[in-house]
Amino acid sequence: MTDFAAVRRKLWAVALIVGFFLLWEALCLALDVSDLVLPRPSQVFATLFARLPILWPHILQTLMTTMIGFVGGVVIGVAIGALIGVSKVAYDTAYPLLIGFSSIPKVAVVPIFVLWFGSGTVPAVLTSLVICFFPIVVNVATGLATTEPELEDVLKALGASKADILWNVGLPRVMPFFFAALKVSITYAFVGTVLAETVASNRGVGNVMMSASSNFDVPLVFAGLFVLAGLGVALYVAFSLIERRVTGWASRRDDFAAA
Amino acid sequence: MTSGTYPNDLGAERVAIALSGAAVTFGRGARKTAALSPTTLKIAEGEFVALVGPSGCGKSTILKLASGLLQPSEGAVIVGGRETAAKAMRIGMAFQNPTMLPWLTVERNIMLPLKIVRPFRGEYRAKRRTEFRDRAHALLDQVGLKGFADKYPWQLSGGMQQRANLCRALIHEPRLLLLDEPFGALDQFTREELWGVLQELWLARKPTVLLVTHDLKEAGYLASRICVMSARPGRILDDSPVDFPRPRTVAMTFDPDFVALNQRLRARIVEARGGAEQS
Ligand SMILES: Nc1ncnc2c1ncn2[C@@H]1O[C@H](COP(=O)(O)OP(=O)(O)OP(=O)(O)O)[C@@H](O)[C@H]1O
Ligand SMILES: [Mg+2]
Repeated sequence: MTDFAAVRRKLWAVALIVGFFLLWEALCLALDVSDLVLPRPSQVFATLFARLPILWPHILQTLMTTMIGFVGGVVIGVAIGALIGVSKVAYDTAYPLLIGFSSIPKVAVVPIFVLWFGSGTVPAVLTSLVICFFPIVVNVATGLATTEPELEDVLKALGASKADILWNVGLPRVMPFFFAALKVSITYAFVGTVLAETVASNRGVGNVMMSASSNFDVPLVFAGLFVLAGLGVALYVAFSLIERRVTGWASRRDDFAAA
Repeated sequence: MTSGTYPNDLGAERVAIALSGAAVTFGRGARKTAALSPTTLKIAEGEFVALVGPSGCGKSTILKLASGLLQPSEGAVIVGGRETAAKAMRIGMAFQNPTMLPWLTVERNIMLPLKIVRPFRGEYRAKRRTEFRDRAHALLDQVGLKGFADKYPWQLSGGMQQRANLCRALIHEPRLLLLDEPFGALDQFTREELWGVLQELWLARKPTVLLVTHDLKEAGYLASRICVMSARPGRILDDSPVDFPRPRTVAMTFDPDFVALNQRLRARIVEARGGAEQS
């Protein structure tokens, strides 16, 4: 893959996004859609910049809540995933429970958290945690469980301990799975936070969107959506960059090998 | 060169590997496959034994028994006086398929045993950038992979990976070398060159070597003893000493005695495959 081709692919990605907004703008103008139904992107961006000073603390709140929930979810997810990934028995035993758990609609748990902890930041953190930890568990467990026995044999023949094998084979082998899960989980974590904020908080982007919609301030609702989308994309990109450095071997990237 | 069986009782010599009636079956019930018939084999310390036989007869299985990766379904396997092989002896193993870890460079792959095996593991952090690295590079030079230390395994050809694999088996100066067709993917000339390297190493340090090969010339060149196995489930059909003087040379493989040994072993394998020779 030449640098030129990589740059061109990025340009196409940007062009697609810009094109999407232009089409949206054009259709709204052509069909004369009221901004109470669907504001034009230009209106949304204008609102976003005009209200940024008021929005800013809420953005920070949502970001912080999400990151705490996400980090918690990753830690718990990795622990559970590692536990059920290394042991066939644990895998078979714990999986049905986990599937059951993940099938619960997470909207349903928000009132429970509110009941336990009152409204505010705590239920939002917990919601984003429970919503984002499952992909991590599944991916880490799958990565470990599908590690090639031949690779483990290399270390076993040397008399390596279980910990040696986990550290030298299991861990690197799991990394591509782990990063795939991170990219899904971070978006889930935002969903969890905003979900809880709309229901049970007086801060955060979710709450802003909720009160804006009850005031029929539709452009502000959309501004909130744009902020969330932007945060999601930014974190996704950050993880992709780390991922590329850590797991380049899995896709046999030339730029990884050259580094 | 007498035909017949090499004495299996080794007297006062220390035994490196002892298989006593060791058999291996895979699977259970109707899916059961016998991979190895009850086999008895003793290898003294410092011996160089070559294991030949038809494909699927259980040669790799014997190596896995010796390395402790596989437990016998029947009988016993004792390595260096203990049942757990890797604890008793420093083992260097080259698997039949190159099993380089794809996330490590060739150099790091080769240094892996030093990271795991005592007494090197304690020094790994301190020496991996200097002494250990030099050692890895020296080995790479010897097998003709100079300049490939920083490549990743997928950037190497099959034969190059196999040579790197051999380096990894050698780097920690093992007392027991288990080599599964280590030269299988190489051209004749590289192969002969590496026979020389391996022989030199064996003469210098006298590790116990168990070499699986399909090449009778290779077995005759390197080994001090050749075991021929029957078709699956394998057992040892023939066990002959090879006592050509050392160091051996490629020229020696054209010697009438050498050719005669080759032909006799060849006949045993043809017989083992259960067929008359095609003309
Ligand atoms: N994990 C396994 N599960 C089931 N059967 C196996 C397994 N490993 C090996 N076998 C069987 O055991 C027999 C012996 O296998 P082994 O790998 O020891 O053969 P080999 O002599 O090394 O053959 P080759 O020369 O082709 O490498 C084979 O017939 C194979 O079908
Ligand atoms: Mg084999």
